[in-house]
Amino acid sequence: MNLFSPKRCLICHGEIEAEISWRSIFLNRTKEEAVCRKCESMLLPIEGEKCTVCGRELDLSFCEGSLCLDCIRWEKDESWRGCLEKNISLYHYNDFMKEVIARFKFRGDYCLASVFAGKLRSVLKGIPGDYIVPIPLSAERLYERGFNQSEALIVGAGLKPVPLLARIHSEKQSKKTRRDRIHLPQVFRLESQEKLTGKNIVLVDDIYTTGSTLRHAARILKEAGADKVSSLTIAR
Amino acid sequence: MRFAVIGQKVVPESLLKSPSPTLPISKISSIPTPQQNLSFHFNPEIQAVLQGKQLLMDDLPFSLEEIQEHYENGWLTYRNGIEFHGKTVLCQRCGNSDSSWFASFPCARCGESCIYCRRCLIMGRVSACTPLIGWRDPDADGRTNIAILSSMKLLQWTGSLSDGQREASGRVEQAVISGQELLVWAVCGAGKTEILFKGIEQALARGQRVCIATPRTDVVLELTPRLKAVFPEIPVASLYGGSEDRHNHAPLTISTTHQLFRFYHAFDTLIVDEVDAFPFSVDETLRHAVKNARKPESTVIYLTATPSRSWQRECRLGKRAYVTIPARFHRHPLPVPELIWCGNWGKQLEREKLPDNVIRWVKIRLDAGKQALVFAPKIELMKKILTRLRKLHPDIESVYAEDPDRKEKVMKMRNKEIPLLLTTTILERGVTFPDIDVAVIGAEAEIFTESALVQIAGRAGRSASHPTGDVTFFHYGRTEEMLRAKRVIEEMNREATKRCLLD
Ligand SMILES: [Zn+2]
Ligand SMILES: [Zn+2]
Ligand SMILES: [Zn+2]
Ligand SMILES: [Zn+2]
Repeated sequence: MNLFSPKRCLICHGEIEAEISWRSIFLNRTKEEAVCRKCESMLLPIEGEKCTVCGRELDLSFCEGSLCLDCIRWEKDESWRGCLEKNISLYHYNDFMKEVIARFKFRGDYCLASVFAGKLRSVLKGIPGDYIVPIPLSAERLYERGFNQSEALIVGAGLKPVPLLARIHSEKQSKKTRRDRIHLPQVFRLESQEKLTGKNIVLVDDIYTTGSTLRHAARILKEAGADKVSSLTIAR
Repeated sequence: MRFAVIGQKVVPESLLKSPSPTLPISKISSIPTPQQNLSFHFNPEIQAVLQGKQLLMDDLPFSLEEIQEHYENGWLTYRNGIEFHGKTVLCQRCGNSDSSWFASFPCARCGESCIYCRRCLIMGRVSACTPLIGWRDPDADGRTNIAILSSMKLLQWTGSLSDGQREASGRVEQAVISGQELLVWAVCGAGKTEILFKGIEQALARGQRVCIATPRTDVVLELTPRLKAVFPEIPVASLYGGSEDRHNHAPLTISTTHQLFRFYHAFDTLIVDEVDAFPFSVDETLRHAVKNARKPESTVIYLTATPSRSWQRECRLGKRAYVTIPARFHRHPLPVPELIWCGNWGKQLEREKLPDNVIRWVKIRLDAGKQALVFAPKIELMKKILTRLRKLHPDIESVYAEDPDRKEKVMKMRNKEIPLLLTTTILERGVTFPDIDVAVIGAEAEIFTESALVQIAGRAGRSASHPTGDVTFFHYGRTEEMLRAKRVIEEMNREATKRCLLD
């Protein structure tokens, strides 16, 4: 790269102001800025009181104690209880985030994974995990997109993805109801012969929508002996 | 995708009958084009989708086998999406070669680290293993039935042309017939759409495909019904971001300059409107789009009120064919800008003041009830000027490009509910008010280029009922750009006088 070419925001391609590098000198920050301040300000972190399982910001009319109603429903069902130890989602899935993720995943703008690299890395380091596992895509979907977005996020964060799972069914879930998705037979199968007994596993995905994808993945890992399965998503 | 080179053709990895070494398509330095098999029964649906385009495999609702079969019979072409020239990388679709717009990823399609273009990502990802697919017509190509077309009277237009327009119209017609490039240098308000009609008729009558490309969507929307009305027998495709005419292979296409990226060797006559306008002048890649979209032997007509300095020079040196329309349709001269020094206006503005001569200029207009359009270099400065000017009249308004009330304010200005409208340079094109005076505060600012200033001056005296208007550039130091703008306007008036185009 040309020494004089300005650093550009990965999202809007605007120049990242020099001011920021001054700030980083004063604050002794070593982190490379991937996005400009304007874009950064539109990525809203999930803060405040969260559901202890799925990590969503708690809305008082939709929760009981420290669990949201969704998670209460999941936990009531014996076959799903305790499957997913804990989910952490970094940002709100607002319109801006929808656009960023759509460009990343559907348009295939791979390098947007770096937008989340810093935060993803520091949060992942705080979760006990022997393996970081991407949610797999089917072969057709992988060919269509050219890459697996979960894997791209892990690699982008400078960590090693361990592909323990593979897809059985196609991903075409979006038209099914929540009920269908929950009672769907197995979506994933174990890909690896790795001994999972007593292991802690962290699943990584781009969005937490209903939580059923992550729970399906978690359950099969638990059945294979994993001790705890947590998950991390960029948005929810 | 990975391809193997087998004899005089390339074959996609998944269609190989026996294992052969394969490469991502961009690593195959020259992709062979098999000889065209004229007895091959091609699929007209593929032709309809592909003709004149450059599309991705993902855009085509046909099987890979069928696409490959058309390629092997010489009816379809593969080109590299990304090309490597030494260290530089070039996106063949959008022409981008700026390294900050490229990134790479571990690609599941070719199994290698694959460079992709982020510049045109919105149209589907072009990466180093992406073929661009095009259609190949036989040489005496699939033109509309010429005999039928040329026997019809295609142009249904009863308007008349000014003398200046008539000459330009003739030159356009000639350029179409002889397949040449022509620059039409028409002053603001000359009426440039009408001069295209005869040339377009000539092209259509020859069974040619014609495209008018313009930078702004609102111009596409305005031109489409106008051209449909004058060419009632001709299907017209209208293309802009979000339009539905995507695959329409019409004889006459009206498109945003941006949508040209989808075309490849598509047009016999390509008319490029406002060559100097954003984003065309800034965007090298759009030049590439023009090069791709025109057929190798074709006519290109460039329209502009303000050609770049290098084009002006080429015209003077006889290196570029051009024709001018130096006078407006109403046969009155262009208002010549007056350059007035107003001191350090920026400093005065910090104390909520404006130079006396600027205030006087505004007061005279307010007292006379003459509407005015005043340009400022920046939004923040414009807001400060507004505060000061509102002390003179509370109804004075300001507007800028992203102003949510932009449309409403422009409308109010048209209805004469606003005595003076302050604006940033963004409104310089397209927007016209019939009877106004125009001023620039801070004409020395960098954004006021020669072309911007000519456009700004061109806002005054537009209508036949009010053909005059004052244009004043208030400045804190003359710039070369201001002087050039003034000189160009004076030259146009001189030429118009000489050619008897003024009353
Ligand atoms: Zn940005
Ligand atoms: Zn929850
Ligand atoms: Zn491109
Ligand atoms: Zn590839």
